[in-house]
Order: sequence, then C-alpha cells, then structure tokens
Amino acid sequence: MSTTAPATLSAAEQSAAARRSSAKPGRSIRIKIKRCDGPGKPSRWETFKVVTERGSNIISCLQQIAANPVTIDGQKTTPVVWDSGCLEEVCGACTMVINGKARQSCSCLIDEYAPNEGDEITLEPMSKFPVVRDLWVDRSRVFHNLKRVKAWVPIDGTYNQGAGPRESPEQQETRYVLSTCMSCGCCLEACPQFNQEPDPAAWDTAFLGAHAISQARLFNMHETGKRLKGERLEALAGPGGVNECGNAQNCVKVCPKKIPLTESIAAMGRAVTIHSVTRFFSR
Amino acid sequence: MVTIGATDRRVIVVGGGLAGLAASVRIAEAGVPVDLFSMVPVKRSHSVCAQGGINACNEVSRQQGYSEYEHFDETIYGGDFLADQHPVLEMANWAPRIIDLLDRMGVPFNRTAEGFRDLRLFGGSLFKRTHFAGATTGQQLIYALDEQVRRYEAEGKVTKYEFWEFLWPVIEEGRCVGIVAQDMRTMQIRSFRGDAVVMATGGNGLVFGKSTQSVICTGGAAARCFRAGVWYGNPEMIQVHPTAIPGADKTRLMSESARGEGGRVWVPRKPGDPRKGSQIPENERYYFLEERYPDYKNLVPRDIATREIFSVCVDDGMGVHGENQVYLDLTHLPASTHHKLEGILEIYKKFVGDDPQHEPMKIFPSVHYSMGGLWTTFTKGRYNPAEPRPKHKSGSAAPIGSEVGLGMAPGEMNNMVTNVPGLYAFGEVNFAYHGANRLGANALLSCIFDGLFCGLSVVNWVKDGTPKTKPAATVHQNAYDAVVRQEEQKVARLLSTAKPGGSGAVETNPYAIGKELGDEMTKACTVVREGKRLEQALGKIAELKDRYQRLSLHDSATWTNQSLSYTRSVGDMLIMAEALLRGAHVRNESRGAHYRKDFTSRNDEQFMKSTVAKYDPSSDSVSIELMSIDASLIAPTARTYGKTDDSAKKPAAKPAVATV
Repeated sequence: MSTTAPATLSAAEQSAAARRSSAKPGRSIRIKIKRCDGPGKPSRWETFKVVTERGSNIISCLQQIAANPVTIDGQKTTPVVWDSGCLEEVCGACTMVINGKARQSCSCLIDEYAPNEGDEITLEPMSKFPVVRDLWVDRSRVFHNLKRVKAWVPIDGTYNQGAGPRESPEQQETRYVLSTCMSCGCCLEACPQFNQEPDPAAWDTAFLGAHAISQARLFNMHETGKRLKGERLEALAGPGGVNECGNAQNCVKVCPKKIPLTESIAAMGRAVTIHSVTRFFSR
Repeated sequence: MVTIGATDRRVIVVGGGLAGLAASVRIAEAGVPVDLFSMVPVKRSHSVCAQGGINACNEVSRQQGYSEYEHFDETIYGGDFLADQHPVLEMANWAPRIIDLLDRMGVPFNRTAEGFRDLRLFGGSLFKRTHFAGATTGQQLIYALDEQVRRYEAEGKVTKYEFWEFLWPVIEEGRCVGIVAQDMRTMQIRSFRGDAVVMATGGNGLVFGKSTQSVICTGGAAARCFRAGVWYGNPEMIQVHPTAIPGADKTRLMSESARGEGGRVWVPRKPGDPRKGSQIPENERYYFLEERYPDYKNLVPRDIATREIFSVCVDDGMGVHGENQVYLDLTHLPASTHHKLEGILEIYKKFVGDDPQHEPMKIFPSVHYSMGGLWTTFTKGRYNPAEPRPKHKSGSAAPIGSEVGLGMAPGEMNNMVTNVPGLYAFGEVNFAYHGANRLGANALLSCIFDGLFCGLSVVNWVKDGTPKTKPAATVHQNAYDAVVRQEEQKVARLLSTAKPGGSGAVETNPYAIGKELGDEMTKACTVVREGKRLEQALGKIAELKDRYQRLSLHDSATWTNQSLSYTRSVGDMLIMAEALLRGAHVRNESRGAHYRKDFTSRNDEQFMKSTVAKYDPSSDSVSIELMSIDASLIAPTARTYGKTDDSAKKPAAKPAVATV
C-alpha cells in the first residue's frame, strides 16, 4: 500500500552496516572458487587473493582475478567464467552460491562478507542447473517453464485499440511485486523438490518451481490474462505442477525481490483444486 | 499485397532489449519469421536498468495545455536542435498509442485512486507526462515485451539464439543479407541468412570503463558494423547522467524520477562541512539548481544538471566532504513517495548502506547513454510547413494534431535503415531522436517506437524490396563463408597469443588496455572537453591500439572463452573511442552534452549538422564529415531553460585568489 510506514534499516541491515563501517579498504581477502572446465569435466577448487577497495563486490573481485589469473599459490590459471549483466540486482544473471547460499553476486559486498584481513568467501555454481563452465550454469529451463504456464497476456495484436483494463491501485501493487521476478533461480536452488534435470525432454513433467507458479498467479490476475486461466491451471494441475510443492518454504526466504512466493503457491493450489472440482462436475 | 512463404524470407534481429523485442513482435505478427540473437537471455538485457518511466502526452496533461506537439518541441529543444525533426515528431505523436499497447500487454503501471495510470514529472518538461511502474519501469516494460516474444516463440514464429554474439554483417552486392555470429558456449562461428538485419544492440558505455550500463554494453556490435562500412552519427554525443552512485565495478543510476517526485540537489554552504547531511540546517544548504533555474529547478535536462554539479564540485570545491559528490535529498518526502521510488532506494541501501529515507544520498554524474549511433535515414511525412516555427509556447494551442504519418511516412522501407540497404538500426544504437542530449524517459519510448513503427518498414523491405526478387536464400554461399573465415582468422590470431595466467606485463594485458581506455575517455571526453586534451587522448588511443596488436590473451580454451569475447570487444571499443574523440574534436562549439571549454557557445551556422564518422579499413582510420539535418519544423533558439544569475546569492566557495 502506498501509505505503509517507512522501512528503516532492519536488524540484519544494521549489522551489515556495522561490518561495513569496520572494514578497511586495501585489505587482502581470499576468494575460494569451485571451478569446472565444461560439462562432464571434473571440478576443482582454486583460491585467489584479492585486494579490496571501497564498494568492492564479488564482481569487482572476479574482474580483478580475470586481469591477473594467478592463484594464491602462484599457480597460473585462466580467468573465472561467470554470468553477469546489469550489476544492480535487476537482471538476475549473476546468481551463484556464495558461502553456501544462492544470491546475486553483484549485490554481495565484500565489506559485509569479509570485513577482516584474510577472510575467505566461497563461490560455487548453482547446483540445480548444468554447469556450462566454472560459475556459469545453463538456466534455459527457468524460461522454458514460463512457456508451460503461458506467462503472457494474450493480446489481439499491436494495432492501436485504446488503453488496457483499468486497475485498482491495490491490485497494481500486488501485480507489480509479482512482476519483479528476474527469473534468477534462487527459489529453485533452495527448493528440495526442484532437482537438476539435464534432459530437456523431461522438463515438461518435472516440477515447475515457485517462480513459474507465481507467474501463473500474476497473469491469472490480469483482466485479459485471465483468458488463459484454464490452460494455466491445467498445467499447474498436471505432473510437475503445484501439488509437488513440499511446503519447505525455502523459496520465499531466498527471493531477492521479496516476492510472496508461498502466498502464490497457496493461491494457485486453491485455484487448481477449485478448477479440478468444477471440471469434474461439468463432465 | 504480395504473399510470402512461411520460411523462404526471414528477418534477423540482433539484440533483445526493448527495441529488438518490439521489432520482433511487430515483424513476427506480420507473418515474417524472426531469428533473434542476443548475448544474454533477452529478459536480462540492459533495458531492465531503466528506472524512471516513459513519456507520452496523456489526457490529464492535455487538458492542462500539453500536446504531442509540445512533447516533440521539448525533445528538439532538449536535444539542442541537433536531431532530424520529422522522426521526432512521429515518435511524440505515437507515444500515447505505445503506452496504451504496453498497458494492454499487462505492464503494472502505477495507478491513481480511481484506477487511471498515474503520472510523474520528469526533466525538461513543466507537465506531468511520464508513465511509470514504481522505479523499475524499464524492467517492467521489457518483461511485457519478453512475454509477447515468448508467446511467438512458443508458436514457432520467433527463434531465439541466446548467448550468441554478433560478429559481422554479411554484405553482398551492397545490401545486407545476413550475419555471422558466435555461440558463446561452444565457440562455434557460423553464418545466418536474413533478408533484413535489425541492429538493436544499445549503447557503448563500457568505452568509458565505468558507466551506468550493463557489462554487455561495449558497443561491440555497432563498432563491427561501423568497421564493415556503416556510418556512425554524432559519436561525440554521450549523455553523462547527473545522479549516479560510484562503485568499484560500475556506477549505479539514481533515477531522475527521484527529482521528479520532489528530490532536491544541494551542497553545504560551507565547503568541506564535516557534519552528516541530515544534521545541516536548512539555511546552511545551497540548493544550486533551484536558485539558478527557478522554472525547472531540479528538473533541468541532464546535460545542464551534470555540468552544474560538476562545476560546483570541481570548479568551486564545494563537493560534500570535499569530495566529488553532492546530495540528492529525499528525506523530506512522505512515505507514500518513498514507496513509489522503492526500486532505487533499495539499490542505494544495498550498495551504499545508508537509508535514503533518513539520510540524503551522495551522488555524482556518470556516463549513461549514447545519443549518437549508427547513422539512419527516413522518409518525411506529410507535415511540411512553409518555414520553421519558433519554439512552441508552453500551454498554447498546437499547430497540428497527432495523426499517423505527419512526421515519418509509415511503412516506407528506408525508415531507420543505415547507409547499407537491408541493415536497420533501432533504439539506442541509432543516432536519431535525441540530438545532443536525451530527455529523461524518452529512451524507452524511442526504442519501442522504432520496433513498432519501423518494424513495418522492415517487413515491407522484405516483401517488396530487393528480397522480393532476390531473397537471401538465393545468395551464393561463398559470401557467407568468406565472412565466417574472416572471423575464424581473428579468433585464431587471438588464441595464438594466449598465455594462461597472463603474460604478467601490464603492457600487453587486455584488461589493463580496457581499463586505461576507460580512464582516458572519462578524463578527456565526458563533461568538459577541450581541443588539446582530445588530441592527447587520440595519442593515447594510438598507443593502446599498438599495444592491442601485441597483447596476450588470458585463456586458450575453445569452450566458453569469455576472455576472448572481452578482448575482441576491447579492439572494437578502441575504434569506437577514436570516432568519439574525432567527432568531439571536429565539433568546435558547445551543444547539449558536448561542452567545449575552448568553444563555449553554440554555433548553428557551422555545426547545426550531424558529425558522421566513416571508417577506412585500409588505413585503420576514422574520418568525420558534417551532414545537414532536417530542421524544417522548429527554428533554433537559445537554450537557457530560464537560467538566472545567482552569483549574488552564491556562497563564497574558496577564498578569492588574486588574478595575475
């Protein structure tokens, strides 16, 4: 709502701020990285020494390593491969597992994660997707699952036909938050029900994951988007659908955009039940 | 109407940001299959970074005296009279239709209590004509178009090639018939046939090292077209955004919408005041933009706000805590306004650590957008007055309505085509629309307008132009193979220099060359420029070019070699940088974002013209030609934005120094 009280810094943000203010620029820290030369190749660990500056993040550390790819033991190696884009936590590209937890690497500030000389940070690729090389994984399945739930508004075409449906500010607020999903994959990395599936042929029956379920909710809320509501609920009722959620609730805890994913799953679960019952009696 | 087969003619779109996606939707809808290439999954394109909104005349502003025509006039004035005027008129006239279409696609535009689309103020206008979705409008717009493209993809009308890098256009018998691209994972290089190619590859912020742009915005694709013979217009016109937060890896934008919603820019009246911003009382604050520009206040156009901030810090030494930074203050605004800006406040909180709701933000200008780009042409529309009109008086009746085709002729095959037939340039990568300075919230508009309006031109070229009788499918394979070989040889040369771990020498380190390029360009060719300094920078480019010939690649891998991709783009950026510097050096005047301290005024007689860069591969050199522009609709006037002399009120920054 537009009248909510201003959010001040949370306890976690305050302790992060304290770590930041105690961190000294110019200190050396260690970055330990799980590396892999390509699909089917073995993994190995390499550790690098990186000198920090004000505002250092994982990206600036990886850039430093690329410019001087030598490990802490003086071993010459190759630049680390990773996926990145906007570096403002709005594109979702640079997601990786940092100290055991999936998050965007651009917003991971070194002063928070390694405030003292010699502190170490561990980087791994996400485990639920096939590794392309080093920290870069293939997340095609995330986008494929958006097709399964027809995550779009079926407009007639691009010809000028006037405005779209009017919408209350309350509904806009709800849709806006759902619509900030970057398809980053954090919710999938954290989900016990979502597992790596290297065979694209099996994607259509494997678990959709929280992000796609939430997108189905987003488009079912839109006046024109509702035209495909039945087809979306069919997809959610089928194999790999909403009933495969094990209710671990990890997704909502790791979502960088604070999307109410468990609310979406519950809402879609109810909608699927109603849809199935209605369909049963209309046969 | 000519019917074409389902698969015998195709269009290639390079780049999946707003312009590329809008073009893909429009072309696929017309029944022409599209092959869409992008270095990233299209949903992650740089358009996601746009924050503030998208401009269009709307019913509320219209009833206050605004019009599509005034939007057009503002854009020409904002661009300091450098843009060809007819395309800008057509864009402004289309803007309301584009908003309606996005609305129908489901973009969650902010709403009023009654459920209408909400509006905010933006730079260069006195009317509320900016539509927005929180402070992440670009993200929301690109998602809507991404969803429509996904729908066409599911129907088999669009084929995506994501993680493919554009390497070179295939030009045969003077027209573009396809491209050569490289799979960034397998490193396979191959050609693709296309009856038209649409470049929609965005800007070149990385030429300046740190900018607000994404890591993919090297301008590499545009540079490769330039090297292949495509002209490049107004390369020197680079927008430096007034409000960004510096970082170790990049600078991050703090949207103009912060000021549109009431944010104020100030510095302490006492230079070097050690107190926190929130502890400095009102009467000890110097709101320099408000004092100097009583009409527009904090919403002067970006080039002007940037120069004022730069001058307050660099010339007057009044930057906050003695550093190059000023306050952007939102602390006085109500919670409901903070909520509308949540997207950017979160960015500030995450990356700086302070809460902008309680402590003023510390910001400084940073490279943001390329007004210049691939040179494109167009066919004028029906509105051609006997002589140019004076600047439109705000609130007065517009001379014309907003019918389709007054500015540009719809569907004409040459709309936004480069000098190479069949090769189009849409969005930030072309030089149309924004002249010497882009107004905030006009970028999203120009990208989508190009895709929708000029997408039809591409369709008509494919159906009725040369491809009608000579489709790309009939072009000899040798034409494609030759370009594939050329690109394979470049890669082979780079790989042959590879030394894992690097050579250890800065001299031949491609990352060091890239960094030195960025540092030099930022120093020589951003806010304040000067002939001698530009010449010095050209010398530095020559040195870097020489070192580039001797570099050592850091990775010899034949699988997912990102070092190769980066190093190749450094070579392209060096050539682009030279075009920028030469354009800036030729333009002996100050206009919009281009400020020359040795030529401080605008010179319409000599320079109300486009600087058009051409590349000569035999000498590896760039030449600049001045080309006339279409300024037949609005006559140029002095661009002051009502600046007043505030020297009487201005605090004494430094102790007066006796002049020699």
